[in-house]
Amino acid sequence: MNAFEPTLAASPGLPKSHQGDPVFAEPWQAEAFAMTVRLHEKGVFSWSEWAEALSHELYKPGRRADAGDYFDCWVAALSRLVTELSITSQEQLNDLTQSWQRAAEATPHGKPILLENDPGR
Amino acid sequence: MHDHDDHDDHDHHDNHFSEMQARVKALETVLTQKGLIDPAAIDAIVDTYETKIGPRNGARVVAKAWAEPDFADWLRKDATAAIASLGYTGRQGEHMRAVFNTAETHNLVVCTLCSCYPWSVLGLPPVWYKAPPYRSRAVIDPRGVLDEFGVTLPQGQKIRVWDSTAELRYIVIPERPDGTEDLDQEALADLVTRDSMIGTGLARSKGEGR
Repeated sequence: MNAFEPTLAASPGLPKSHQGDPVFAEPWQAEAFAMTVRLHEKGVFSWSEWAEALSHELYKPGRRADAGDYFDCWVAALSRLVTELSITSQEQLNDLTQSWQRAAEATPHGKPILLENDPGR
Repeated sequence: MHDHDDHDDHDHHDNHFSEMQARVKALETVLTQKGLIDPAAIDAIVDTYETKIGPRNGARVVAKAWAEPDFADWLRKDATAAIASLGYTGRQGEHMRAVFNTAETHNLVVCTLCSCYPWSVLGLPPVWYKAPPYRSRAVIDPRGVLDEFGVTLPQGQKIRVWDSTAELRYIVIPERPDGTEDLDQEALADLVTRDSMIGTGLARSKGEGR
């Protein structure tokens, strides 16, 4: 049993390989997964809380038929859970999201993308 | 020196984050500030899955180049089209160039600091690859860096370092290991590691396994 199994068990529909490992289409999906695993380990939320938050997003109407938005739902669930736990607010997350996008655009090639690079900060 | 590229500045940036990339970075920022996660721990978890991210398309490109001289020629002349012919495409405007290792020259690719790493072809970059010291050291002392990775090249073999630009990404075509004449492309692809396609490793030899 590896450290990720509780997260896997609590995440219905997670795309998996034949070996049972999660499969990510893009790096950010792996990062979102890894953050959830860590928050779990730290006891920030229980697995039933996570399962409920994720299902809530997964069963919303308007999902893509090919389930290609699975990790969009994952990120929405994680965002909701951390705001419900008063770790942050939706406004702060939205602000930071825009800030990161501006930072990326403002970062020249070859330099690390840092939040400080956002000209609006 | 005057910059002549002003005309396309408005519709093109070196770096770009998609909405979801930025959302995940936002979460990471908040959670890090609150001391709930640390980026190193996240990297370590992601690293566990590095080979499972992206479809390992690059390995199949290399295997095909080893097995089919015509494809290798095409790859050499127009890597973007040759790779696209297999159905593997990066983001719009992402041009690829294939650089072939030979007995005379070993190729090494730097630069994954920004968002330009072609992970859809190469898989996820290793954690250390994103560290600024790697980039600068690889340029100054490539042989020393390779040595640290356990890659010792023959004395006479030159090392060529490629720094990707915003428009051009590189894939290294490692040398085909000896004794692999009887392998099919599927088996050949298994010998091609992510590291061998960025030049910090060599292809596995037959029987080395994963």
